[in-house]
Amino acid sequence: MISKAYEGSIDYFQVMDEGGNIDQSLFPKDVDDSKMVSMYKYMLLTRALDAKILSLQRQGRAATYAPSLGEEAVHIGCAFAMRKQDFFVPNFRQHGMYVVRGFPLDRFILYWKGFEEGDAVPQGFNGLSVSVPVGSQMPQGAGIAYAFKYKKRDAVAIAFVGDGGTSEGDFYESMNFGGVFKLPLIGLIENNQWAISMPRNKQTASKTLAQKGIAAGIACVQVDGNDMLAVYKAVQDAIANAKNGPTLIEAVTYRMGMHTTSDDPTKYRPDADAEAWKKKDPIVRVRAYLTKKGLWNDVMEQQANEEQLKQIDEAVAKAEAFKPDPKSMFENVYSFMPEVLKQEEDAAEAANFWR
Amino acid sequence: MQMNMVSAINSALDIALKENDDVVLLGEDIGKDGGVFRVTEGLMAKYGEDRVVDTPLAESSIIGAAIGMALAGMHPIPEIQFAGFMYIAYDQLVSHAARFRSRTRGTLTVPMVVRTPVGGGVRALEHHSENPEVLYSHIGGLIVVEPSGPYDAKGLLLKAVKMQDPVVFLEPTRIYRLFREEVPDGSYEVEIGKANVLRQGSALSIITYGTMVQPVKNAVEKKGVDAEIIDMRTINPIDEATILESVKKTGRVLIVHEAPLSYGAGAEVAARIAEKALYELQAPVMRVAGPSMPYPFPAYEGYATPNEKRIGDAIDKLLSA
Ligand SMILES: Cc1ncc(C[n+]2csc(CCOP(=O)(O)OP(=O)(O)O)c2C)c(N)n1
Ligand SMILES: [Mg+2]
Repeated sequence: MISKAYEGSIDYFQVMDEGGNIDQSLFPKDVDDSKMVSMYKYMLLTRALDAKILSLQRQGRAATYAPSLGEEAVHIGCAFAMRKQDFFVPNFRQHGMYVVRGFPLDRFILYWKGFEEGDAVPQGFNGLSVSVPVGSQMPQGAGIAYAFKYKKRDAVAIAFVGDGGTSEGDFYESMNFGGVFKLPLIGLIENNQWAISMPRNKQTASKTLAQKGIAAGIACVQVDGNDMLAVYKAVQDAIANAKNGPTLIEAVTYRMGMHTTSDDPTKYRPDADAEAWKKKDPIVRVRAYLTKKGLWNDVMEQQANEEQLKQIDEAVAKAEAFKPDPKSMFENVYSFMPEVLKQEEDAAEAANFWR
Repeated sequence: MQMNMVSAINSALDIALKENDDVVLLGEDIGKDGGVFRVTEGLMAKYGEDRVVDTPLAESSIIGAAIGMALAGMHPIPEIQFAGFMYIAYDQLVSHAARFRSRTRGTLTVPMVVRTPVGGGVRALEHHSENPEVLYSHIGGLIVVEPSGPYDAKGLLLKAVKMQDPVVFLEPTRIYRLFREEVPDGSYEVEIGKANVLRQGSALSIITYGTMVQPVKNAVEKKGVDAEIIDMRTINPIDEATILESVKKTGRVLIVHEAPLSYGAGAEVAARIAEKALYELQAPVMRVAGPSMPYPFPAYEGYATPNEKRIGDAIDKLLSA
């Protein structure tokens, strides 16, 4: 007999509400005051860096850029819950993850200025370069998790995907693959409610995105993605459980800005929507919490802003001083130089690359 | 009316939707947003959400569903947002769209037009500047078309939607808004499978298509050479006759495309010339093409994409050979 569609529910939680009030029963025990302040500062830094690259793009000093405004808690919460050995598999919007995990800021800026060198992963970063084809990074995350299990390494792969990305076959297939082999894999859905012009409710008839893990037989949970502590806790719990298999986490957040600098959201969504989400800003609530506890004040805020701007300006200057090396295009295609490619390189070089 | 390529394609889609109820458009962000290049602007408002369909973000299902629609008597025009995101739908195209006619001896067919933007030169992020025309041209059963301007784009598209075959319709992003030309408001067709001799000449033949047509024209003008310029327009099946006729006249051949050199369309053109017109040649065939590597990030594309200067150098070299 055919009955109706699945109507079960998925666990949802929040640790810190919009006003900065804490649910003590969920508060992660290893987060002390200094860690809270540090996480807060990283959210500020991510937002400042984002604003800077956006403005560079508007001045023609960067290529197309995908802003992360409003989604900082997903990145900072996740990055702080991860251990050094855990592996980061991005799509293209996890700017805060790069910042916390020590990706050099000038190199990050170089990526968005359109240089392959900006995708060059530093030693010990434990993460991949930007992945633009939506969903394609997810099975790679499963493979990385397989390798960790195979090599008996105590490490977890955390693969990010957008709400839109959960419609791709690669997404479903990766969760299924992870479930079959009980891999140390975490799928982190950064549900910012939009995939360019497509709202979340037109992307799928599924009530939550987290429940897409049910069919794969894996653990799944939904959290307030504007609450860095909720994301932190979800990722930490998933890491603790990784020896038993994957977890799919849906972090519910909102894309406050445009999809990319090539996009005009006024064509498809009312400004009022973003306005309403401003009340749930991931940074505002932490500032409220810290201020109430006497851990933060306006002077400290101003000082942090100044220091961060200086840090960002130095990174921009370094990125802008970078000189392209066109021979590097030819020399990184293979592990060796084929004779025919060498001919192409020599001809290009002899003609000064036809500039 | 004066139109750029965006409005010319929009006009063709409008006519196709008006003329045939079985035509539907489907793709990502093509409805309310009007497409990321605004090519489908206004069409959802005009024809409704069941004829201009904003799909979930999944290319294999866009092409697979379009194949199903075609098999069930519709004539879909799916859009893949960028050619770089069509690789996940390659299986549907190669394994099914291209084969239904031959495997069922013509009893099941897939009349559809897959539209997708191609080519570089617009400072786009990785995967947004691909030139995959030969990946589709190598697959018998698929027609591959790449217009070089507004007039051809509209006429070729209107012809494509009248055909009973799967057509891969590649739209160079660089040309979308590059220039306007006179385009009829109403319906007309440009023949598929027929190259266009853009300029008659006797000194050399330049065979090209898509994004490279403009830089070729500019280079020829600047050099003041009497070149014959052939815009292939259809990559597959190739219009061999027009090419051979030109080679017989000029005896010198330069092939220009943006796609990588190795195993590119130029190799097919050169091989046919070698087979059928070798003794007409006064100099070896030359090719100007993109380097044999993944398309570079925007900061490097200027060092790699063939340009006017490079085409000019090749013309000089060919004429002095
Ligand atoms: C396979 C593929 N199809 C289409 C695109 C074009 N595109 C880039 S981002 C995007 C929307 C992605 O939405 P979502 O997964 O929700 O991530 P978000 O951009 O919201 O962070 C689309 C359609 C792409 N990059 N890759
Ligand atoms: Mg999204």
